[in-house]
Amino acid sequence: MPELSLTVNGKKIQIDVDPSTPVLWVLRDHLNLVGTKFGCGMAQCGACTILLDNVAVRSCMLPVSAVGQRAITSIEGLSANGDHPVQEAWVEQDVAQCGYCQTGQMMSAVALLRRTPNPTDAQIDAAMSGNICRCGTYLRIRKAIHTAAKKQRTI
Amino acid sequence: MAKSYSRRNFLKVSALSGGGMLISFNLLQLSAGAQPADSEPFAPNAYIKISADGSIVLMAPNPEIGQGVKTSLPLIIAEELEVNWQTIQVELAPLHSAMGRQTAGGSGSVRGRYTELRTIGATAREMLVAAAAQTWSVPVTECAAANGEVTHTPTGKKLSYGALAATAATMPVPAKPALKDPTTFKLIGTRITDVDAKKIVTGQPLFGIDTRKEGMLFAMVSRPPAYGKTLGKVDDTAALKVQGVKKVVQIENAVAVLATSTWAAKKGRDALVVQWNDKEKLENTAAHFDSFKKLLDKPSATPPARNDGNVEAAAQQAVKVLDVYYEMPALSHGQMEPLNFYANVQNDKAALYGPTQVPASVRSEVAKKLGIAEADITIASPRQGGGFGRKLMTDNGVEAALISAAAKCPVQVQWTREDDMQNDFYRPAEMWRYRAALSATELLSWHQSGIGIGRGVRGDSYIAGSIANYRAEGQGFASNTPTGWWRAPGANTLAFAAESFMDEICVALKKDPVAFRLAILQQAKQQPVGKLSYDPDKYKSVIDLVVNMSNWNSKKPGIFKGFSTWYSFGSYVAQVVEVQLVKGQPKIVKVYCAVNCGRVINLSGAENQVQGSIVDGIGHAMYPKVTFVNGAVQETNFHAYKMLRMKDAPMDIEVGFVPSEEPPTGLGEPALPPIAAALANALFAATGKRIRKMPFAEQMG
Ligand code: FES
Ligand code: FES
Repeated sequence: MPELSLTVNGKKIQIDVDPSTPVLWVLRDHLNLVGTKFGCGMAQCGACTILLDNVAVRSCMLPVSAVGQRAITSIEGLSANGDHPVQEAWVEQDVAQCGYCQTGQMMSAVALLRRTPNPTDAQIDAAMSGNICRCGTYLRIRKAIHTAAKKQRTI
Repeated sequence: MAKSYSRRNFLKVSALSGGGMLISFNLLQLSAGAQPADSEPFAPNAYIKISADGSIVLMAPNPEIGQGVKTSLPLIIAEELEVNWQTIQVELAPLHSAMGRQTAGGSGSVRGRYTELRTIGATAREMLVAAAAQTWSVPVTECAAANGEVTHTPTGKKLSYGALAATAATMPVPAKPALKDPTTFKLIGTRITDVDAKKIVTGQPLFGIDTRKEGMLFAMVSRPPAYGKTLGKVDDTAALKVQGVKKVVQIENAVAVLATSTWAAKKGRDALVVQWNDKEKLENTAAHFDSFKKLLDKPSATPPARNDGNVEAAAQQAVKVLDVYYEMPALSHGQMEPLNFYANVQNDKAALYGPTQVPASVRSEVAKKLGIAEADITIASPRQGGGFGRKLMTDNGVEAALISAAAKCPVQVQWTREDDMQNDFYRPAEMWRYRAALSATELLSWHQSGIGIGRGVRGDSYIAGSIANYRAEGQGFASNTPTGWWRAPGANTLAFAAESFMDEICVALKKDPVAFRLAILQQAKQQPVGKLSYDPDKYKSVIDLVVNMSNWNSKKPGIFKGFSTWYSFGSYVAQVVEVQLVKGQPKIVKVYCAVNCGRVINLSGAENQVQGSIVDGIGHAMYPKVTFVNGAVQETNFHAYKMLRMKDAPMDIEVGFVPSEEPPTGLGEPALPPIAAALANALFAATGKRIRKMPFAEQMG
């Protein structure tokens, strides 16, 4: 198999992997970064959301061979100590129920806040509607995004 | 380096325990083979471990499926134990006989364990206090526990629980420890953040899907593509050629491909050539509903579950008769974490780890199927990405064990979403016929008759007991499409039909929906007809609260309201939905919800459950359905099985709890049943169109 070079959470790595493998499974099975979750495998639920450079992408349908030079950020790469404003806001608002969808939700939120540092409810709804939460935590997610936006402003 | 375990320091508390509930067990025996830290743990029972270094571990005995019990159950222990919540650690307990009912279902974890867990915490506290009193040679009554230490009140001397652990372990176990006066509660009733919050937001391995163990292979399974089909010839030549695929094994009615990664296992599974033979009838949803309608138009095949007075005679007196049908489709559970399970079956022993709401049942079935003694099977479950009743079925765990046994290696079986959709135990499709006889001003009779796939339907509306002429009938419909429990089973469909119909009656009689229901409850309280299966005052408590919260009696321009109320799992809920028309399309603006669930344990978690149940209930009323065509589910993934998304969630849900001194009742489910009717009733107010069929979105056009 060909060696691929990737940048994952700020580190350059070489990896021997079937190039058709979606980034989701490269992260989870080959790099043991299991914070990125599998929910549907067809870009419908957002559980697998990562950042490619600054853009939120569903990693379940993205073959690792298509990443190219773009930098991959997974939830593990958001911060060293779990103190990214989005992470802090999520804890403060006690958002999670089962928690399974939340890493994907947070990555979508991070991408939104990078583009739109001070989003309205409508902008939040539009940016977050690719992420499903069966537990129904949407109201707290909205609140947490506003909280994170405030935190970012004061940094 | 592994910590060595010093025998000298091992405190055989269990040998000293003299009975008392559940006080007969040392936590260290839980994990045979595990190496405990070299401390002096005080483990008065299976739930608490206090080490000499002051670290305190509390066990959460029941599966965590998103209902919050990994936080709320230890919280109850911590309250009585008098420890600083910020400093304790919480672990999910493996299945063990010392842990009581380790099931997640029926909203039963907190309501079943409240007193038990308080007693457990109080027992340990009293032993720690006794230890301090002995150390200081002072009377117990001069010592008080708080914040993880015992204080000698007259002198202000203090000893930490860690320092007292060794002595505490030698104290007699109190037969009847004194529980705290609830007015002195410090934790219960406050807002406590989920114990795993930090781990969740940093993406730590918490879930079954994250399981990685020495020597394990990943497996994907080819299962029947439709109900009614069985496994025929299998050609695994191409599958075995896929890079990373190691083995292919057959079990019962399926074929498993084992590989070094999930993706390789999936590629291998997709490369299998499997012949599936038609064994039974291949069923269709359209035919199910046709049959339902025909059966409901005939006298019920089963005798009524309740039959007060005479509904036929009442109909003779009627000025008006209502006769309508409600329909609910089959639903999948759609928990966000697709099923998975880890199993390692070797040498007549099995180690199982994965998502289940019923670890004891998984163990006993694996024991039966593989001929292994239950004592030789260990099972534990991680935090789970949703349950909703799916994991009350044991198939995912049992299947993994069979695969591991056949492949002779540890295996992590991973399902895809498509696997989940086609191999679920669905909320049964149901149809209900509701009939009422009305005089010019009064409701004379109520007759509900339902039919559903599988076990069939049952249950009453709260009108039973307040009306002279009442009949409830329910029947089942045989099918090879499997059914199971789906969040608030029974109640989630019955409440939609019953509370929508109640609204239809109010419209026909031109009565206010709230006033009409209060009159029913008043009647039930003062002159009940036959048996009453609820407390009318508690119903009234939530109705009064929600009327206040929502200003029910005042009109708001452009806002249309719907009301509904339901009692389930010991808790009472009343809801008001407010809808606005935006360019002719209804939009939910706000939901008000009043709950009487006894004492609230964790206010943050409780509010989250209630809001989540409402969002969940709205979503499943509005969008998804499961359709069988020749036994195959048509909605194979979330592109077709529509889940509610943020843009369709209410902007605000206000939750109010009726203050209560009573023990807690269920909360993982009760706020779901009434919401579909509250929404349908609001939509009727807004549009004049009565929606009697789920999913609503298809009806709204
Ligand atoms: S798993 Fe990628 S969007 Fe669902
Ligand atoms: S918290 Fe459970 S799916 Fe979102």
